[in-house]
Amino acid sequence: MASQIPFPFIAQQPLPPARSAKIVIEHLTLVYSDGRESLRDISLTLPNRAVTVLFGPAGGGKSTLLRAINRLNDLTDVKRMQGHIWIDGLDILDPATDVIALRRRVGMVFARPVVLPMSVRQNVSYGLELAGQRDRRRLSEAVHRSLEAAALWDEVHDRLDQPAASLSGGQQQRLCLARVLALEPEVILLDEPTSGLDPISTEKVETSLHELKNRYTIVLVPHSIQQAARMADHAAFILDGELVEYAPGRELFVHPRHPRTEDYIEGRFG
Amino acid sequence: MNARRQRQWTQRAGFGLLTLATIVTTLPILLIVLLILQRGLAAITPEFLLAFPSDGLRAGGIFPAILGTVLLTFTMTLVVAPLGIAAGIYLAHYAPDNRLTRSIRIAILNLAGIPSVVYGLFGLAFFVIFFRMGTSILAGALTLAIMTLPVVITTTEEAVRSVPNSFHVVSVSLGGTDWQSVRRILLPQGLPGILTGVILGVERAAGETAPILFTAAAVYLPHLPTSPLDPTMALPYHLYVVSTQIPGMPAGVQYGTAAVLLILVLLMNIIATVIRSRARARRRW
Repeated sequence: MASQIPFPFIAQQPLPPARSAKIVIEHLTLVYSDGRESLRDISLTLPNRAVTVLFGPAGGGKSTLLRAINRLNDLTDVKRMQGHIWIDGLDILDPATDVIALRRRVGMVFARPVVLPMSVRQNVSYGLELAGQRDRRRLSEAVHRSLEAAALWDEVHDRLDQPAASLSGGQQQRLCLARVLALEPEVILLDEPTSGLDPISTEKVETSLHELKNRYTIVLVPHSIQQAARMADHAAFILDGELVEYAPGRELFVHPRHPRTEDYIEGRFG
Repeated sequence: MNARRQRQWTQRAGFGLLTLATIVTTLPILLIVLLILQRGLAAITPEFLLAFPSDGLRAGGIFPAILGTVLLTFTMTLVVAPLGIAAGIYLAHYAPDNRLTRSIRIAILNLAGIPSVVYGLFGLAFFVIFFRMGTSILAGALTLAIMTLPVVITTTEEAVRSVPNSFHVVSVSLGGTDWQSVRRILLPQGLPGILTGVILGVERAAGETAPILFTAAAVYLPHLPTSPLDPTMALPYHLYVVSTQIPGMPAGVQYGTAAVLLILVLLMNIIATVIRSRARARRRW
């Protein structure tokens, strides 16, 4: 039965059962106007409430793919974008899509922790305030809940009104995660979220992600193959803008099907 | 050893030159301020500040001129601040990078280079005559505003640009609109720079004579202006008149007027510095 093998071993093969699919990417092609890194005909189905890892050499289009999922590429000069990205059946690349609402449903954590120039509390409640939430009690509940979920509450609960920039790098990155969680999104995109962090902070972030995946659909661009292997429920190997292989993490990192995947995992290039 | 000594000497000579350059640029300013204050302060009495001129401007006070300058700069600020800040934000954040935007930028730079007397003549033709405002505070303030706009626009643009773009990207990624980025991040973070620009512009305008010469200023008025469409006396113009146009003028009046103008401008400068350093202290990144 298909449920035992919910995912195709090789890309561009049958899609998983519809009920477990959260994001369906169909023939996505993207070219920047300066001819920079692009995506070529990527089709990928990301499962609900699991961690999908997009990995591969730098400059291969992982971040571009990630940024397409919440239309953050709109801020960049994109020359051409074709194909579809469906989230729960809604084509988010459709010009008529409400991008603001989309970005509330699909949160993003960047490689470099960018805390906003305000207090810890204001950083977390920022997104909700943008959405028009004014109720102080609700905001303060959301701040507490989100910081707990990002495993940061214990460290900052007594300095919520201090500048966020006074936190350590690891704390700042978890604050960025909490900021996304405050909006109660459905999907969380993470672009090398631990690339600037020490091993202990990295472990803390990874632990929170492990807990969060029970409630959220997580798409992660890892900062190392080791992290990819640790975190992946499903893993997609992306090389030069193309999807080479997509499979459950256990399969892909143990028995890669494609020689290029194997070469990359074993460190022969990249 | 020798080479090291030579390097040290070069270094010392370099620093010496830089120090000298600093002194050369600061010295004239210091001298001007000291000279004017030394000769002018004696003339500044309560009567000088609060009374009307008398005896063909040779005696009495300069109150109408002080009030006129305050009114002119205040009205001008009401016009130039919102307009200039809005334009600066537009150029920094919204304007696409195309030929139109580039020509707007060049136009603004050129505007900053136009001699102030040309602005005065433009104000005369445009506001005083074409819009029938007459010689009035309004016409003078608008002329000053146009002259000051480039400074405010350019500094606002710079200030907004200096805020890291990553803040904007984060705000957008959290479901923020462009305007929310401007309103909640770019504007508050750029505020110190923006205020500096506005106050520097206002300060410069407060001391200008040429733009108000044909548009607002009167040599002498027996009463204070009662509406924006009344002409007014103003400090820089008064200074020009008492220094060049009237024979037998006591030097005290001239230096006193100059000192009052100088103090007014310096005061604004200090306020600008205080506001800026306060806003900087609140900034967090």
